[in-house]
Amino acid sequence: MSLPVLALLQAADPQLPPLHFWPWLIFSLIKLLVVFTLYMVAAALLTLAERKISAWIQDRHGPNRVGPGGLMQPLADGLKNFVKEETFPKFSNKALFLIAPMLAFMPALITWAVIPFGSPLPTRWGRVDLVLADIPVGFLYILAISSLGVYGIVLAGWSSNNKYALLGGLRSSAQMISYEIAMGMATIPVVMLAGNVTLGAIVMTQAHQGWNIVTLTLAFFIFMVAAFAETNRVPFDLPEAEAELVAGYHSEYSAMKFSFFFIAEYANMVTASALMTTLFLGGWDIPFTLWDNLPPFSVLKTLLTLVAFLGKLSFFLFLYMWIRWTLPRFRYDQLMSLGWKVMLPMALAYIVIIAAAILGLDALGVPRDWRFALSMFALNIVVVFIVFGWLDRGRIVSPASSRISAGELARLRTMAHRSTLTPRETGD
Amino acid sequence: MESYPLFYTFHFYLFGIIAVASAILFVTRKSPVSAAMWLVSTMFSLAALYVMLDAPFIGVIQVLVYAGAIMVVFLFVIMLLNLGQPSEIADVRSGGWRLVAGLVGLALLAEIFALTRAHSVPGLAIPRGTAAEAINSMGAVGMVAGPLFTTYLLPFEVTSVLLLAAVVGAVMIGKQRRAADAR
Repeated sequence: MSLPVLALLQAADPQLPPLHFWPWLIFSLIKLLVVFTLYMVAAALLTLAERKISAWIQDRHGPNRVGPGGLMQPLADGLKNFVKEETFPKFSNKALFLIAPMLAFMPALITWAVIPFGSPLPTRWGRVDLVLADIPVGFLYILAISSLGVYGIVLAGWSSNNKYALLGGLRSSAQMISYEIAMGMATIPVVMLAGNVTLGAIVMTQAHQGWNIVTLTLAFFIFMVAAFAETNRVPFDLPEAEAELVAGYHSEYSAMKFSFFFIAEYANMVTASALMTTLFLGGWDIPFTLWDNLPPFSVLKTLLTLVAFLGKLSFFLFLYMWIRWTLPRFRYDQLMSLGWKVMLPMALAYIVIIAAAILGLDALGVPRDWRFALSMFALNIVVVFIVFGWLDRGRIVSPASSRISAGELARLRTMAHRSTLTPRETGD
Repeated sequence: MESYPLFYTFHFYLFGIIAVASAILFVTRKSPVSAAMWLVSTMFSLAALYVMLDAPFIGVIQVLVYAGAIMVVFLFVIMLLNLGQPSEIADVRSGGWRLVAGLVGLALLAEIFALTRAHSVPGLAIPRGTAAEAINSMGAVGMVAGPLFTTYLLPFEVTSVLLLAAVVGAVMIGKQRRAADAR
């Protein structure tokens, strides 16, 4: 079934042996150091990019005083946060209060361990895979680690001993649990197509039979929305909704500890973008050619695939910011009903459809290449057309400026009226 | 993993000690939130030990299900009911119960020592490296999924019916509450 893909994967082996222990250790350390440094620099620069893009969208200049064009602004911000006063609320749980920012940041960082970011690099000592650890359960590892991101936020909310922070933490945990399920379900079609859970195999499959955004469009859509919710970004930034909760879970944090939550948010964005790139946009694959996926590997191929990967990554990062400065925030009940009543059933139904399609196409003897991708694409156009047509009836998300029907208004009024009454008043 | 014995031994003891220490801290903490966090730490060390036993799938599922889902829900409930303050849930059980608990603990410890001395049943042990071989040939998930969906399909499906029953029950309880509120 997926034999050609496996053949592609194994084709790398004979001429370039994998590394022995010591070169492997040294190259791993180098990769760790480089990825970590670039990751931190990227997170810092993204704070600047966010402000510049928001300024561009709102037709102003943005930060432009520190360094050329405001380029040193993240450095100035960092310095400011270092010298600010560290505050501890009087009745907070000190240990958990301190650990929470670290816990918010760590999952985003360690998820990077399994993301492949370039074609293998040939060296004198053997083949260096451009991934920190291509573990056999790669994809499940990502799901497992991303499910831990909620701890930092929940503990921050609880240990602050502040009702707004607690509400922010509770909202966040409810939100992340809800959308994690949709996210996991949206990735099952990806695994079904690849026939394997390692990310290397998923990238190779996409290189061979078309990117998953073409073959699994709806899964990509669900995953993207869930990823936005998981990273607590607008329109899903309910845990820190300023209008209702001061600053949510990090209300009581100051100086570098607050800064850490800030870095964690951007780190999470980078990781989520990398995931979308790897699972749906072919990872480091250069489109329309198999040249970059087949041996012999060279430094040029590695560099070009790196550029391809970073390009796709940047696109998603820009999308994050674009959406943040375009859309308003959801109401909490909208958020929950979108997660449980729309995304989850949609993802489940899509799994069944895709499984049936894969079985059918294999039974018809459609080879796993562009013909397969085209058939899947045709199916997806139909599915996406139906789903988006159904979604866009103003039922689930009605824009803030839309006219509201009299019946809907009456319904909302009774809803608000009922929720303000205590059980005693309702005669219960 | 076993090709680097020192590496293996070091990490076995590292995660073993972390697991045992976290477990002890878990049962001795007064604050439920701290206790829950130590339990998460224990789960993590167990996951690491599973990975070292060539069972990465079980290790990852341990983190995904226990640390990532069940403990988050525990924390959620603890916070929602505001049980965070230590005084509210201080252990009220008497000395007799503590004695029983201590005896059970001693018995379990004795069992562990007996197990380390015992000869293993030959049928139970698989040759070294079998699991690693299987992962190489059919992937970490295929190794578990193969038997699960062929040999043990009926028990698997029965388990899923059990879970479905639990879900239906939870929904029913939620609906009843809602109906009572509306009245």
